Amino acid sequence: MTEIALAVENLSFAYGAKKALDAVSFKVQSGECTILLGPNGAGKSTLFSLITRLYDAREGRIELCGFDIKKQSLQALARLGVVFQQTTLDPDLSVTQNLRYHAALHGIGRKAADKRIQEELERLAMFERRGEKVRQLNGGHKRRVEIARALLHRPSLLLLDEPTVGLDMPSRQAIVSHVHDLVSQQNLAVLWATHLIDEIAADDSLIVLHKGQVKASGKLSEILHTTGWADPGQVFQKLTQGSQA
Amino acid sequence: MRLLHYWRATVGIVGRELLRFLHQRERFVSALVRPLIWLFVFAAGFRAALGIAIAPPYETYILYEVYITPGLLGMILLFNGMQSSLSMVYDREMGSMRMLLVCPLPRWFLLCSKLIAGTAVGVLQAYAFLGIAWLYDIQAPLMGYVWILPALLLGGMMLGALGLLLSSFIKQLENFAGVMNFVIFPLFFMSTALYPLWKIKESSEVLYTLAQYNPFSQAVELIRFALYEQFNSQALIFTGAAFLLFIGAAIMGYNPSKGMMVKKGGGGD
Repeated sequence: MTEIALAVENLSFAYGAKKALDAVSFKVQSGECTILLGPNGAGKSTLFSLITRLYDAREGRIELCGFDIKKQSLQALARLGVVFQQTTLDPDLSVTQNLRYHAALHGIGRKAADKRIQEELERLAMFERRGEKVRQLNGGHKRRVEIARALLHRPSLLLLDEPTVGLDMPSRQAIVSHVHDLVSQQNLAVLWATHLIDEIAADDSLIVLHKGQVKASGKLSEILHTTGWADPGQVFQKLTQGSQA
Repeated sequence: MRLLHYWRATVGIVGRELLRFLHQRERFVSALVRPLIWLFVFAAGFRAALGIAIAPPYETYILYEVYITPGLLGMILLFNGMQSSLSMVYDREMGSMRMLLVCPLPRWFLLCSKLIAGTAVGVLQAYAFLGIAWLYDIQAPLMGYVWILPALLLGGMMLGALGLLLSSFIKQLENFAGVMNFVIFPLFFMSTALYPLWKIKESSEVLYTLAQYNPFSQAVELIRFALYEQFNSQALIFTGAAFLLFIGAAIMGYNPSKGMMVKKGGGGD
């Protein structure tokens, strides 16, 4: 069943006089991987800060699974899993200790937590390494642990903020394919911020953000069909290049 | 169910802080070395220079080392509180603070849990220091070591809340060094940690007033009296009021709509 996991309506935000987001509106549906494409400075991080409620927007509205992020923030945040751009694991703790900490923050008891930790780590082929300190893992493995962590509390929406930055090609491909599997198998909604074109699959939805404004949104195939452009690379180039000059 | 969630989260946050502390042995050692140098070197050197008269809670003439021990316990809590907030600035830059703030619990609760976790670490350090001081022959009545626990907890919470408040104003770690100089040193030196109030009054009335109303002084006095099985109600009220003030302001500072976070803006784009 398709449900709207994230609805952003007319969202604007400014740091002082500098406008970071300008009347941004879009929707992310369950069972759908939506790629948020934009160059550096487009407003992607600001948008993620608002969705994760690091701060509130004065204009516009964000709904997570029907819960207003400002008025019903606890219900909304309970349905949200996040992988931030920077690693947020504690390097001195083991994989299991990091995941148990996250489970505790979401009120999951030890027994249930350990069961879910096993499930998620096995899915990502990381269960064997559960006792290792995070410091000993490579970048790709850290990212896998972070994805496992973001899924522990069974969220409806997974936010990924440029999760593959700095990873080698095989690690990137593994993460891209794993997330797409999650979308199709678990009906998860994913919003994936990136500026790497090759991470976009043919049946993904696309939002192009540039200078705080949504330049295009919809199914990739529809955007290509309407515009007549060949591939996502051209879409990105055409929509973000003109106004940069 | 909700209460269980709060309980589990608190256990998780405090447990993580203690685990981190156990894994960072150098942090534990350096936290102890600072007050021990003051005790073994500074206090020994000043023993002859500073005469301490009989004043409550002491009932007899005491050595200078005995006098500054509660002050050094305060120093441990002060540095620990500031270090916790330094780690909050670091955590926020690194993102793990965001991980905490994005979980479905009220922000005031998360900040208080973080504060309790930081204070627990400070109290452990304080007891380790008291153990070494005991071997150095600075010994208080046995029950004093029990009574001191709530005093250390409240003092630690108050100083941690001050650190938390500062961390909500500081955008980057670099700014923190300045705040250390402007906060830690004035708080510590303008207090009763190193010299009693009457001694300060002899040299400067202004300094005396500042030291008297310095919340750090009040926390030190609360600890000093508790260690000798006495209750200082004025110090308790003052420390408690300062805690409420600091934690209230810190919660405001971390409020997503009203706080400093909005004014500072996020990193990245």
